[in-house]
Amino acid sequence: MTAATFAAEGAAASGFPLLTALVLVPVLGAVLVASMSKRRPEWIKLTAILFSVFTGAISVWMLGSFKTADAGFQLVSKHEWISSWGISWHLGVDGISLFLVVLTGVLFPLAIVGVDPHHDEKPYLAWLLLLEAGVMGSFLSLDLFLFFVFFEIVLVPMYFLIGGWGHGKRIYAATKFFLYTMIGSAFMLVGIAATVLLAKNSLGRVTFDLVELANDSNFAASTARWLFFAFAIAFAVKVPMFPLHTWLPDAHTEAPTAGSVVLAGVMLKLGTYGFLRFGLYLFPQAARNTRAIFLTLAVIGILYGAIAATMQKDLKRLVAYSSIAHLGFIVLGTFAMTSQSISGGVLQMINHGVSTGALFLLVGMIYERRHTREISALKGIQSVAPVFAAAFTLVMLSSIGVPGLNGFVGEFLVLIGSFLTARWWTVVAASGVILAALYLLWAYQRVFHGEPDEDNKSFAELRWKEGMVLLPFIAAIVFCGVYPKPMLDRIQPSVNALISHISDKTGYVEPQPVSTSQEAHP
Amino acid sequence: MLDLIWLIPALPLAGFLIVLVLGRKLGEPRAGYVATLMTASAFVVTVGVFIDLLSKTSHDRSHVYTLFSWIPAGNLTVDLAFLADPLSITMALFVTGIGSLIHLYSIGYMHGDPKFSKFFLYLNLFVFSMLMLVLGENMLVTFLGWEGVGTCSYLLISFWHSRESAATAGKKAFVTNRVGDWGFMVAMFFTFQALGTLSYGPLNEAASHGGIAQSTATMIALMLFVGAVGKSAQLPLYLWLPDAMEGPTPVSALIHAATMVTAGVYLMVRTAPVLAIAAWHWAPWIVAGIGAATALYAALVAVAQNDIKKVLAYSTVSQLGYMFLAVGSGAYVAAIFHMVTHAFFKALLFLGSGSVIHGMNSEQDMRRMGALRKLMPITGFTFIIGWLAIAGVPPFAGFWSKDEILLFAWNKSPILWVVGLVTALLTAYYMTRQVIMVFYGKARWNDHAEENGAHGDVHPHESPVTMLLPLVVLAGLSIVGGLIQLPFSHGTKRLEMWLEPVIETAESPLKAGSEDIKWILAGVAVAIGLIGITAAYMVYSKKKVKAIEPNLLANAWYYDKGVSALMGGPGRKSFDAVAWFDSHIIDGAVNGTGKLVQGVAGIVRKGQNGLVRTYAALIGVGAVAVIAWFVFRGVAQ
Repeated sequence: MTAATFAAEGAAASGFPLLTALVLVPVLGAVLVASMSKRRPEWIKLTAILFSVFTGAISVWMLGSFKTADAGFQLVSKHEWISSWGISWHLGVDGISLFLVVLTGVLFPLAIVGVDPHHDEKPYLAWLLLLEAGVMGSFLSLDLFLFFVFFEIVLVPMYFLIGGWGHGKRIYAATKFFLYTMIGSAFMLVGIAATVLLAKNSLGRVTFDLVELANDSNFAASTARWLFFAFAIAFAVKVPMFPLHTWLPDAHTEAPTAGSVVLAGVMLKLGTYGFLRFGLYLFPQAARNTRAIFLTLAVIGILYGAIAATMQKDLKRLVAYSSIAHLGFIVLGTFAMTSQSISGGVLQMINHGVSTGALFLLVGMIYERRHTREISALKGIQSVAPVFAAAFTLVMLSSIGVPGLNGFVGEFLVLIGSFLTARWWTVVAASGVILAALYLLWAYQRVFHGEPDEDNKSFAELRWKEGMVLLPFIAAIVFCGVYPKPMLDRIQPSVNALISHISDKTGYVEPQPVSTSQEAHP
Repeated sequence: MLDLIWLIPALPLAGFLIVLVLGRKLGEPRAGYVATLMTASAFVVTVGVFIDLLSKTSHDRSHVYTLFSWIPAGNLTVDLAFLADPLSITMALFVTGIGSLIHLYSIGYMHGDPKFSKFFLYLNLFVFSMLMLVLGENMLVTFLGWEGVGTCSYLLISFWHSRESAATAGKKAFVTNRVGDWGFMVAMFFTFQALGTLSYGPLNEAASHGGIAQSTATMIALMLFVGAVGKSAQLPLYLWLPDAMEGPTPVSALIHAATMVTAGVYLMVRTAPVLAIAAWHWAPWIVAGIGAATALYAALVAVAQNDIKKVLAYSTVSQLGYMFLAVGSGAYVAAIFHMVTHAFFKALLFLGSGSVIHGMNSEQDMRRMGALRKLMPITGFTFIIGWLAIAGVPPFAGFWSKDEILLFAWNKSPILWVVGLVTALLTAYYMTRQVIMVFYGKARWNDHAEENGAHGDVHPHESPVTMLLPLVVLAGLSIVGGLIQLPFSHGTKRLEMWLEPVIETAESPLKAGSEDIKWILAGVAVAIGLIGITAAYMVYSKKKVKAIEPNLLANAWYYDKGVSALMGGPGRKSFDAVAWFDSHIIDGAVNGTGKLVQGVAGIVRKGQNGLVRTYAALIGVGAVAVIAWFVFRGVAQ
């Protein structure tokens, strides 16, 4: 069954437009917050919390109404928008985007509740809510034009959040972030326009609809390659992939804590998600032909990011570089194109969001207490704040990829799946697990072990409110590590559909492991 | 009863959760009793499963119990499942048995430590992980336990984390082990590609019946061995184990002598058929060679150590090498046999050294001990039994297991046998040296009273009963442990018959020539052991011969120092170079582009001067350029 038939079914069956609500509720919240009076800050905060919690509730409701075994797009909402150009308000969710949407829905309220911006709360909250709408829209759009609009909207609030509420070199970091991603997007804009116009030849009409384009368009191999590259540059910047990554450490480090949490938690996944949804799905042949480039850059990213992370002096920068390494695994899995590797990549998107989100929160808490993130200025914290240290340890172990915790499952599936089609890349990439232990444990030792000196003696223990914000992260870390089946059950069908789509279009045969029954008794 | 196998790891896990939630409320000593009780209960359940297995015929002694589907992804399905078979239950028996004893011991040893309950929290988590490792039905469940014990080892080595050396040792152990974990992971990738599963059953089945290519089997076996080299502290990755002695002594006994470090040996025996079909290749030779080399290498180092725990640490590395020598020689039963007896006597020796350290106010330097057997009679007596066992004196446990390994080493190659024999000589020598330095001779603990300022006067005393009881039990086991596998007739080889269904196709047969001279070989081994003991007696007790303790050996061949220098010097510089490359070259290019655009924009802006004639001129130049381009293109075509 093709995705298109599912889309039609979904549209017919939908009652309350859940997905549209996911995008519009935060927009409404942003508008409301922006128009409220500054004199009642507690009302502003409450409104923002309510709207973000409500959005989160809708996302959980959506998870509940998601049909587990269906591979295609569900809960589809499709309305003509600019009909002469074939542009429509076309939203849908499948196993690939499902948990990204839920993660977005859950992460924002936690970031809003858990982090205090210290000044100008009103615009801060309005920007955050607008950001949420943009991220939601990006994950749900099934129309190229719509996707591009949301993809670009995301930049604006993030720019202002970094520039307005960030640290030290915030203006530099915000500008760099904005320009870098903007240039990437410019390529995609050209790519989208070219794709739509060239597809007119085979389709006979102009349409921006992703599903129609993916199923019915035909491009010459060389054309498809250039189109694919145009998209790929935008996504590679967003991921970010080596060597287009240097905006990330700056943006992460200078961003306010909530910004870092959202940036690492969901925004980077716009890149890896984009590769799956608009790269492999739209240009399968081109993606296959050029996969060596992406596999190589992914493996370089894994090792390079980890090595660079080891030598960082700023704790937040260290986490930022670790993201480059972790995201490398996702790209590796994506371009290895096996059922396990792509599912693992999708899972890794969620797991990285949870673990790194929690790490940024913890680093934020350290900053709140000590007003520094310099590793050399911190020492012996475990002696004075053992519970805080225990929480950090657990999140760290998840990030290292210790089995039984969430980080391992995705990483392992990526590697074992990639081994089937990209053996040597995988063998090298797997050595990244050694480096991950090195940079995190070394940093942990310097920050938490040893005797605390004068400055760190009064480091405050984890507070109740902080614990409550961390608790959902910790629960997710343990649950997804022990019982990832519910997630995999929902991710797998859509991933398999994507692979069979690639097979239909390119004649790709997914390599299967040799089964025992065939070979055991020759 | 077999279906209760899940309870075995679940009980220590429950202990972990109870202490996690209530640890501070329970406090000392109740947290310790809860943890001990949970481990002891796990032992009882294991005994039940063991009896149940015994009641079955030998080829029905394999039972899989699946809890739930853990990672289902396409044609890869990994269950959280347990395997009850002779090998896994043997392991579980001694892990829970020795684990319980060491829990009990720790209640006395950790007395007064402010983090008393946290210690038992980690200890229970460790036992849980170790049981997952040995009971796992597939490689991934084993890997879960494998990484779990590594994590607990990290937490427990750096238990006294305000001490810089303990923190560093913990990190070193984890990172070094990860090198091995990489090998384990790659082995799983090969297995999945070849078989579509990670379960041991199909893997060993395929290996036994030619269902897997020899080249693939060789890769799997070697990659698993890389994992084993990390976990079981073999050359070149053994470095972390001597440093791991920074942890509390019960941890050294449980994790770094009896259980965790033997996980590599277990893994190789678990997948014995895979190594066996790689047998015509060079893979088993690599295993036996690294094992023999490590055994000799570490035994030489142990001769020149003065720290009571460091001697035992290097001894452990050496004895683990012995086990790999057995594995590489195809003597899987002997490997497990030695693993079990070694667990008895080495746990005994470590706990005994802990008792000494406890009684000596944390003194670990043997040069400041002596004559302790009178002040610590039970510790002294049990330690001496441990010494006789490890030195290979009949009829103590170590003699039988060591003898069997030497027999198979001879069977594979006389060179391996000679290396094993020299190691046995050295083992008897350095252990005698240790016993004399600690328990005999002149009391030296007040010789350096002025340097002992921090400790004050030392008044050695015997340890409390919670610590002595495990010593006595382990001493008993070190005496009779050999009974499980006596070489007299087929009927006395109980362990071999018990393990037969697991490794039947893998075990190397003895050549007729080896079988005939096995009593001669045993006689040589006993003689060698006695020579070692006598030599040490002459050197350290009679002082007839000057001790040979060269700096080279005292510093463990300078290997650790060399690696540290390499990592801290060029290694660190190269990492720094990458960070510099990132901030200056890659980011420099980005910022450079930014600056360039700014600069060019500044120049271009001068063009925007509002004068029509400037614009006209530019249009003119542009038009000429365009025409020129078309003209040249036309010419070119």
